[in-house]
Amino acid sequence: MPAREGTYGLLAEFDTPSDLVRAARQARQDGWRRMDCYTPYPVEEAAEAIGFHRNKVPLLTLVGGLMGLTAMFLFETWVSVWAYPLNIAGRPLYSWPAFIVPAYEWTILFAGLSAAFGMFALNGLPALYHPLFNAPNFRDGATNDKFFLCLEALDPKFDLVESRAYLLSLQPVSVVEVAY
Amino acid sequence: MPTSELKPSDRIDPATGEYRVVASGETFKSVTEKIAGIVLTPHTPMGWFALFTVAGGGATVLMVAVTWLFLKGVGIWAITQPVAWGFAIINFVWWIGIGHAGTLISAILLLFKQGWRNSISRFAEAMTIFAVVCAGMFPLIHTGRPWLAYWMLPVPLTMNIWPQFRSPLMWDVFAVSTYATISVVFWYVGMVPDLATFRDRSKSRLGQYFYGLMSLGWRGSARHWMRYETAALLLSGLATPLVLSVHTVISFDFAVAVLPGWHTTIFPPYFVAGAIYSGFAMVLTLAIPLRKFYHLEHLVTERHIDNMGKVMLATGFIVAYGYGMEVFMAWYSASHWEAFMMWNRMFGPMGWSYWVLVTCNLAIPLTTLWSRKLRTSIPYMFFISIVVNTGMWFERFVIVVTSLYRDFLPSSWGTYRATKWDYMTFVGTLGLFTSLFLLFVRFLPMIPMNEVKILLPGAKIMPKAKAEAGD
Repeated sequence: MPAREGTYGLLAEFDTPSDLVRAARQARQDGWRRMDCYTPYPVEEAAEAIGFHRNKVPLLTLVGGLMGLTAMFLFETWVSVWAYPLNIAGRPLYSWPAFIVPAYEWTILFAGLSAAFGMFALNGLPALYHPLFNAPNFRDGATNDKFFLCLEALDPKFDLVESRAYLLSLQPVSVVEVAY
Repeated sequence: MPTSELKPSDRIDPATGEYRVVASGETFKSVTEKIAGIVLTPHTPMGWFALFTVAGGGATVLMVAVTWLFLKGVGIWAITQPVAWGFAIINFVWWIGIGHAGTLISAILLLFKQGWRNSISRFAEAMTIFAVVCAGMFPLIHTGRPWLAYWMLPVPLTMNIWPQFRSPLMWDVFAVSTYATISVVFWYVGMVPDLATFRDRSKSRLGQYFYGLMSLGWRGSARHWMRYETAALLLSGLATPLVLSVHTVISFDFAVAVLPGWHTTIFPPYFVAGAIYSGFAMVLTLAIPLRKFYHLEHLVTERHIDNMGKVMLATGFIVAYGYGMEVFMAWYSASHWEAFMMWNRMFGPMGWSYWVLVTCNLAIPLTTLWSRKLRTSIPYMFFISIVVNTGMWFERFVIVVTSLYRDFLPSSWGTYRATKWDYMTFVGTLGLFTSLFLLFVRFLPMIPMNEVKILLPGAKIMPKAKAEAGD
C-alpha cells in the first residue's frame, strides 16, 4: 500500500451496539459507502447495516478441502500402486477403501487451514499498522466496550467539515478526525 | 465476588428458574476487566507458583523417565509378549479422549447454538491441545526409536520406502496430526480478538509487543467480524467430523485386529462416547478449582456445571451400552474365545480392574447424576470428575491389558505389572499437562471475552429507543 497523507476518516464513538447500528443504517441510507463499524464482539446487524452480506471464506474452504482430498487420494494411489507396491495379505495394490481415511483427514486439514488463513488474508491481516489506532479513544474502547462508526475519506461524499456535522447529527458520544 | 456472597436472584433467572449462564450485573467493561485483570498484572498469585512448582516437578519426572527410556530402550517398561501395548497406549488413548471434550464444547455445541458453552470454550480448547501434546508423545516413545518417527511421514527418503496406507496405525498418524493442527488453529483464531483486547490494555512494553504481534493487528471491523464468524462456523463444522473420526480411527487400531476383546464393531461409537465422557470430567476437574481461585463464579456458573453433568450422564449411558454390548456379544457370538475373554476380564487374575471400571464409570456417576441437587453441588461434581477420570483410565487398561494377557494359546499367556518407569511417565504427563495449563492461565485469555459479551443483555440490538449504556 502506498504511503498516504492527510485524513483517513472521521470516527464516531457510540456507547451501545443499538446506537451504532442505527447510525450505520442511517449513513448507508444517506448514500455512504466507504465506511466501517468497529465493535468489541461480532455484531451481525452492524455488518448488514453497512451493506456487507457475503464473503468468500466458504468458497476458499471448499476449494481447500477438495485440494486436500484430491492430493492425498492421488498420493496414496501413487505410493501404493507405483512407487512402493507392497503385497499386504494378497490385497489389491489399489485398495481404495483403505485410502479413504487419510484422504478424509486431509480434506479437513486443508479446508480448516484454508478457512483460517483465508479469513485472515481476506481481512488484510496480519497488519502491523492501521491509521485507526491513531485515534485516542479507539484503542481504549474498540476492543473493550465502545462501538465505532468510521466514515472514510475515500468516499466521494467525504468533506471534513460537512461530514463531521453529519456524524454529529447521528448523536454519537464523540467524533474525532483520524490521520494516516 | 465468591458465590456465597451472591443473592439467589443473581444466580437464578426468575423467568426460567434455571441458573443463569452469566450472573446478572456484568457489563462489557466488567467482563474485560475481570479477564484482562487476571493476565495483565505484574502480581502472580502465590498459589500459582505453588501449583507450578508441583506441576513442574511432575514434568521433570517425565523428563527423567523419558531420558532413561531413550538411553535404555523400552525394556525399562513392563511391555513384553503377550502384553506389548502397556501404559503407553493406555495413556495415549486416555489423553486423546480427554482432548475430545474440548473440541465438543468449542465446535459441536457451537453448531447447536448452545450459548452457555461460550465462557468455558477457551480453556476447554486449551485442555484439548495440552492433552493432545501428552497423547501424541506416547506412540512416539513407544516405538522404541522415536528419532526414526519421521519414517511414518510420507516424505521422500533416500531409502526409497513409503508408508503403508492400509494400516490403521498409519491412519492414526494422519488423524492425530490433523487433529492437533486443527485444534491449534481453532484455538488461536478464537483467541485473536481477545489478544487484541490485551494489546490495547497492556501497560508493559513487553506485553504490548507480545500481544500486539499475536493479535495480528485485529481492530474489530464489522467486515472482519463477519468473515471471522464464517470461518469459526466452518472450522466448527470441520472439527465435528474430525473429532468423531479421530477416536474412531484410534478404535480401529484395536478393532481391526483379530484379538477377542478388540475385534468388535461397537468400538468406534463407544470410544467416541467414552472420550467425551472422560473429557467433560477433565473440564470439570479444571474448571471447578479455576473458577474458585480466580473468582469467576459470575462467568462459569452452576449452569455450566449442571449442563456438563447432563452431558456426562448421556455419554455415560452410551458407554454403559458399549460395556453391555461387549458382554452380550461375548455370549451371542457363541465364540469360545470371546466368552473366555469376557469371563477372564471379569473374574480372571486382573478382574479387579474391570470392577474398578464398573464402579467408577457406571455405579457412582450414573446413579447420582440424575439429581439436580448433586449436579449443582460443586464439591460433589469435583469428586465425580475425579471418579470418572479414574474409571476411564481403567477402561483403557481393561481393553489393552485384559484382552492381551490371555489370548488364544494358554502356552503364551502372561501377565502385566507396570514398572516404576511406567508410573513415572504417566505421572510425568500429568505434570506436563498441568504446567502447560498453568502457563496458559497466566499469559492468555482463559475465557473468551468477545463470546461472553454476546451473551450480555446490553448486546441486544434495540430498534428504536436509545439503549442504556453498557448493560
